[in-house]
Amino acid sequence: MIYLTRKAEFSASHYYHNPEWTPEENQRVFGKCANLNGHGHNYTLEVTVAGEVNALTGFVIDLKLLKDILNREVLDGFDHRHLNKEVPEFATQVPTTENLAVAIWKRLDQRLNPVKLHRVRLYEQPDLFVDYYGE
Amino acid sequence: MKVHLTRRYLFCASHRLHNPALSPQANRDAYGKCNNPYGHGHNYFLEVTVSGPIAPQTGMICDLGALDALVAREILNRFDHQDLNHLQEFGNIVPTTENLAICIQQILSRLTLPAHLESIRIEETGNNSFEYSGEQLRQ
Repeated sequence: MIYLTRKAEFSASHYYHNPEWTPEENQRVFGKCANLNGHGHNYTLEVTVAGEVNALTGFVIDLKLLKDILNREVLDGFDHRHLNKEVPEFATQVPTTENLAVAIWKRLDQRLNPVKLHRVRLYEQPDLFVDYYGE
Repeated sequence: MKVHLTRRYLFCASHRLHNPALSPQANRDAYGKCNNPYGHGHNYFLEVTVSGPIAPQTGMICDLGALDALVAREILNRFDHQDLNHLQEFGNIVPTTENLAICIQQILSRLTLPAHLESIRIEETGNNSFEYSGEQLRQ
């Protein structure tokens, strides 16, 4: 088994808001992230896949194929978008980095034949990242 | 559904690697320039990884402000701009970054953090990093 990680970047805006709460509760829990005009980040995504090395190619997965899948399933929908308003998963959940990582996992899982998705790591900023292993 | 979240912190400290049980030559052999008598310092980057389920109402696994406050109070305030050799934690232990990693993990594991502590990782320089998740050490 060998692990391969591909990195990609996207830039997006969002805000944190739970519609079941009062404006004061949203402000208390989410702080400046609750500003309804939103704000943005440069996100760095690391997708790690696990598989066996193909004896003929020496690859665990064709990198071009992996890049195309990442673009189609994630970046085309997320990059330069407003996550709350333009990404369907966040019509009903808060677009935190945690929820983003899980949403990205669900978009990629089972679509990476012949390898398995091992980890989604998403950096919101250099000092904050989230890992999701599908557990 | 379990998610891991990692927060990165910085503290600056000095140390000298020296074991009084070893001869001067053995110390130099073991620690090289880290054994220089007046010590030296590093900018240590500490990564704290916690895990837990995502709370549906917030979309978050923990209150980052609470985590930051605990790490600042218990770790950064204790180590930042200090000489590690002079701290009681290293009275009888050489302040290698291995021992520093174990020390920090043990301090954090005794606290009630806002999420489960998975592991900690320290970068001593851009080329050296150490990770500890509390596994029992074999002698």
